[in-house]
Amino acid sequence: MLKNRIIPCLDVKNGRVVKGINFVELKDAGDPVEQAKIYSDGGADEICFLDITASNENRETIIDIVRKTAKECFVPLTVGGGVRTIQNITDLLLAGADKVSINTAAVKNVDFVEEASKKFGSQCIVVAIDAKKVSKNKWEVFTHGGRNKTGIDVVEFAKKVEEDGAGEILLTSMDKDGTKSGYDIDLLKIITKSTNIPVIASGGVGTLDHLYDGIVKGGASAVLAASIFHYGEYKIKDAKEYLNSKNVSVRL
Amino acid sequence: MNVTIVDYQSGNISSVINSFTEVAKGKINLEVTSDIKKIKFSDKIVLPGQGSFKSCVDSLNQIKGLVDTLKEFAITNKKPLLGICVGLQMFADIGYEEAETKGLGWISGKVSKIDNQKGKFKLPHIGWNEIEIQKESKIFKDIKNKSHMYFVHSYEFIPEDKSVISATTNYSSKIVCSVERDNLFGTQFHPEKSDKIGLKVIENFLKL
Repeated sequence: MLKNRIIPCLDVKNGRVVKGINFVELKDAGDPVEQAKIYSDGGADEICFLDITASNENRETIIDIVRKTAKECFVPLTVGGGVRTIQNITDLLLAGADKVSINTAAVKNVDFVEEASKKFGSQCIVVAIDAKKVSKNKWEVFTHGGRNKTGIDVVEFAKKVEEDGAGEILLTSMDKDGTKSGYDIDLLKIITKSTNIPVIASGGVGTLDHLYDGIVKGGASAVLAASIFHYGEYKIKDAKEYLNSKNVSVRL
Repeated sequence: MNVTIVDYQSGNISSVINSFTEVAKGKINLEVTSDIKKIKFSDKIVLPGQGSFKSCVDSLNQIKGLVDTLKEFAITNKKPLLGICVGLQMFADIGYEEAETKGLGWISGKVSKIDNQKGKFKLPHIGWNEIEIQKESKIFKDIKNKSHMYFVHSYEFIPEDKSVISATTNYSSKIVCSVERDNLFGTQFHPEKSDKIGLKVIENFLKL
């Protein structure tokens, strides 16, 4: 049976982890490579880096981090943030990323997802959708880290990227992100029901129960979380044991 | 020992290189190349494969003499070869991804899309799934039945001769997740991404 995945996400800015794990055993709390290794050793099913570096000049930094991490972590590695061109993808994959997540560029350039999945295969193309609720049962796609409204309906967009060859959708609720009040279950439900590719739930996790809800109520194939793992509130193992105790199948 | 990872300019093979480098730890001479001469004189070959069946077969055929060299190595001389993901799928006679495409024809059978039972199963089959070992396999030495491996694929290899199947995994139906015949090995899952247990599969292959 296919297991539900737990994916810790590390936000990286100018080569340093923002909101990193605060474990005493850490030599350097801001080192993304070291943190990724801790997650991978702890049983993370995948690792996700989100590069939130504002300027383009620092692209090399994330590539270097990916290169180092890929030599130490032997679970899938996804990298997102600033993926705008075929060259960006080539660079990240050559450095050792297994998947890239495309956000703003998927909206701005309507052919990009198709082009990327044809060139590299669907298996490495994740489309990250930032969604904001605009009315009852209606969500809109936002870009640029949730700052820009696009007027595009989330359900329509999710169907389009599936058709264009995206292998997975990373769905973040902008309303829930950072609130620790749980995923937007209605949003998850509508997207997992209207597409046939795996959906990764993101935005809003505060407790282990929220992970359960994302999988069982929302229908997500994987759950992504940042802060509950970063601050050491829970370890990956705690999350897996909890889900397992509630009959959600995970890789233990 | 010389081990060659065949680089035929298709897909992303960084993870395969990284994991084999980790296991080989300098004790094994690892080459990443499409140089026919080097392949001929290798002791073992790794044939990765990402993207579609068609794109991988097309890329193999682009390199003059490569297919014949691989066949001589694995089939005529029966030297150890490990195909990973589409690398395994290409052992088949025919594949149906993108367009009907002739495979290497090393193990009779076809590669077709996983039956998703009208949307009941999401495709690609992405993530960690348990392997059910069907026969003793050299690359599964010291690996427990029901171990988790990382998969990412939408197509499955269906061999005619079921005795080649060394493990299956359950997703919609029993999917072939590894084959073994003589010294020809293939895994549908990605040992290079399957954590410590995946590295063990690689170690077993390198120790053959």
